[in-house]
Amino acid sequence: MSISKTDTDAANRREYWAPLLELSAQEVFALMLGDKLELAPEPTVLDSLDVTSMVGLAGSLCGLLSVRCSSQCAALMATKMLGADAEGAKGQMEDAVGEVCNMVAGNFKNKISGISESCKLSVPTVITGSNYSLCTLADDYTMEISLLFHGNPVVISLQLN
Amino acid sequence: MDNISVLIVDDSSVMRKIVERSLRQAGIEVGQVYEAGNGLEALAVLNEQKVNLVLCDINMPGMDGLEFVKQLPGVENAKGVPVVMITTEGSEGHVVQALSAGARGYIRKPFTADQVKEHIVPVLAGNL
Repeated sequence: MSISKTDTDAANRREYWAPLLELSAQEVFALMLGDKLELAPEPTVLDSLDVTSMVGLAGSLCGLLSVRCSSQCAALMATKMLGADAEGAKGQMEDAVGEVCNMVAGNFKNKISGISESCKLSVPTVITGSNYSLCTLADDYTMEISLLFHGNPVVISLQLN
Repeated sequence: MDNISVLIVDDSSVMRKIVERSLRQAGIEVGQVYEAGNGLEALAVLNEQKVNLVLCDINMPGMDGLEFVKQLPGVENAKGVPVVMITTEGSEGHVVQALSAGARGYIRKPFTADQVKEHIVPVLAGNL
């Protein structure tokens, strides 16, 4: 799904980016995992999330897009993406979450007119474990959406300079 | 075309499996599947193997997809082999760059099996 020309101006305003980011994520989950991603009723406590995937943005949008979830949720994503059982998807969760983050970032920037051309994405980086904090120098603008995948929290953040 | 051999180039092994599954879901009869994690690995595969189709991501470490496509005219086994890009980079500029470099098609991630069919079948039939 893409936005119409008449919506372009609105879509380019940052206050409209949260629904676009949510839509971008929902499309990725629907098309690549064959499953739904729902809006969480309340913000998620990040402490419980031990897998973080990040894609850097450079150019007209400069910053970081991250997807955070639990390892259980990441393993479920891998299972859905591979169409395999949990055992078959074992060891693929980092790859799966990294690719989800990459597709959400790409899908999001493709929805914003004039951005896609001039914004480059890095390859994804994935961190696992609970004893870390994520800090980026891109702190002029932060947007965070809390979602649920099969009841498991998924937090998507966009931090920009 | 029956039992085509395919080279799938993507730095994500999960995505390589999804692409292969999507080809089968699209009704394309896939025989041998070769995989590579970047352009350099893909060139190494093509130095040894002849394939009917190459499906290639753009953003990859080592050698990216656009550079890989530019290198293909120098690879004997790649002559006449269609390349279709499958990537998150969806801008018109990227499409133009890929097609100018020699790619025959362009699929944006996320994608459906129907989109894979729509883009790949004509390429395999030699209509694009």
